[in-house]
Amino acid sequence: MSAIDSAPLPQAGRLRSFVDFYLTTMRTAVATQFQYRAANYFYMLGMVAEPVIYLVVWTTIADSNGGSVNGITAGEFAAYYIVWTLVRNMNIVFGAPFWEWRIREGQFSGQLLRPMHPIHFDIAYFAGWKVVVVVMWIPLAVVLSAIFHPTLSPTPLEVVVFLIAIWGAYLLRTAVQETIGMLNFWTTRGAAVFDLYMAMELLLSGRLVPLQLMPGWVQTLANFLPFKWTFGFPIEALVGNMSTEALLLGLGAQMLWIVGMFLVFRYTFRIAVRHYAAVGG
Amino acid sequence: MNALRLAWLFLKVGVMNELQYRVNFFLQLLQSLIQVGTGLIMLSLVYSHTQELNGWTEAELLTLIGVQILLGGVIHTFIQPNMERLLEDVQQGTLDYALTKPEDAQVLVSVRQIRFWQLVEMVSGLVLVIVGLTRIEGSIGVLDALAFASSLMVGALLVYCFWLIVTTGAFWVVRMEHVLELFEGIYQTGRWPIGVYPGWLRYSVTFLVPVAFAVTVPAQALTSRLHLGTFLLSVGFMVVLFGFTRWFWRFGLRRYSGASA
Repeated sequence: MSAIDSAPLPQAGRLRSFVDFYLTTMRTAVATQFQYRAANYFYMLGMVAEPVIYLVVWTTIADSNGGSVNGITAGEFAAYYIVWTLVRNMNIVFGAPFWEWRIREGQFSGQLLRPMHPIHFDIAYFAGWKVVVVVMWIPLAVVLSAIFHPTLSPTPLEVVVFLIAIWGAYLLRTAVQETIGMLNFWTTRGAAVFDLYMAMELLLSGRLVPLQLMPGWVQTLANFLPFKWTFGFPIEALVGNMSTEALLLGLGAQMLWIVGMFLVFRYTFRIAVRHYAAVGG
Repeated sequence: MNALRLAWLFLKVGVMNELQYRVNFFLQLLQSLIQVGTGLIMLSLVYSHTQELNGWTEAELLTLIGVQILLGGVIHTFIQPNMERLLEDVQQGTLDYALTKPEDAQVLVSVRQIRFWQLVEMVSGLVLVIVGLTRIEGSIGVLDALAFASSLMVGALLVYCFWLIVTTGAFWVVRMEHVLELFEGIYQTGRWPIGVYPGWLRYSVTFLVPVAFAVTVPAQALTSRLHLGTFLLSVGFMVVLFGFTRWFWRFGLRRYSGASA
């Protein structure tokens, strides 16, 4: 980051311009994305197909097993996968493949000239986008609930933890994906690593199935990896019956992962920038 | 005939082009392995909690997943690259280059691009089909195999028609790139027997987006549960949809005024 901080702002104005930058970028994102309502809905409908498929399959199995699978009822599956759609919308981030585009198209050179780390733009812009996405998600959630009858009765604490955890999921997934994105500074085939990451996330995060349905050793493994804090934990916080202690511990663990992954990103970014040779500009 | 000759020519050029990038083969291999791996894991998860899903055993469902991946390979190799290029051409105004050529424009835009290495996906789907079939008790006859091959072709044509209709929509709504995500999402419904879905969804993925005809019908042929009526219905639907696609493409083209030149 040293290269970027070379022209420091006066300390007094620094925080204010920082906040201003975030607010303006978010406002721009909201305005832009509302223009593309149809495109956003296409995207969202395609995305919703995934959890609906999982939900239908597990509901079928629950019905043929006399109402539940491993103690999860059809209504609880419905709640899990409907909340899933919100969490998924929240954890879509400036992903690793975008870095390839950013470097290949020469966008990155221009961004390096700005007196601010490019990740702030990514975080702010996608955070603004979330506002649009959540507003558009509400009717979808109503329709899905009318069809699949979820069983959902969260306590106030669970709601609060959920609201924090989905933003935590957003930040953690940003940190992980931007770090993987750094690979694009060395290779044009970062996609291979990215695919592996997506497959591991699918299996170990609670994206494919609630982790309780996985074999015990997979659940243990998932506890030591970052993935479940971006999917399973926020969903379970709202849908499951976690104790107050487990909820707060979960938030703490998520926070640790966020700090840890951003430190890793900061380190890899420094090496990557030193390695960078501009394309266009 | 001329269309076939043209397609063959583009195929040859496309393959030669792609053969330059050999590392892509390994990349594709890795992607296919991941795809097959996650499919198998989901399958074993489901069948660790149940004996049969909607009347399908594990081996039969393995065959179905194989068909879905196989057809997905066909789509990714031949259909999707062309449609993506068409979308891009409409956005950037470069479609004029295709329209001014002295050949049928629909044929041209449908055969221009090929992603050769996606063949790996087709092969991996085929392997799954074969493995699934060897585990199914009772053998499949020549008639089943023929029904499978022809219904798979019908399925590919149906998907092509669907894609072209949607892409033609770009003549009115320019920003259509998210349609790709929409299709990929809906195509995943083909991984499971169509019977598990509630009625409204079953009809949508049968007629609105022809996933059921494209994947389930060939898989039914392999697992000896295809009725002649269903087969004829899918053929009839294909003929109607193909005619409509042709008409809609020309209708859209008349509306198109070009963006460059």
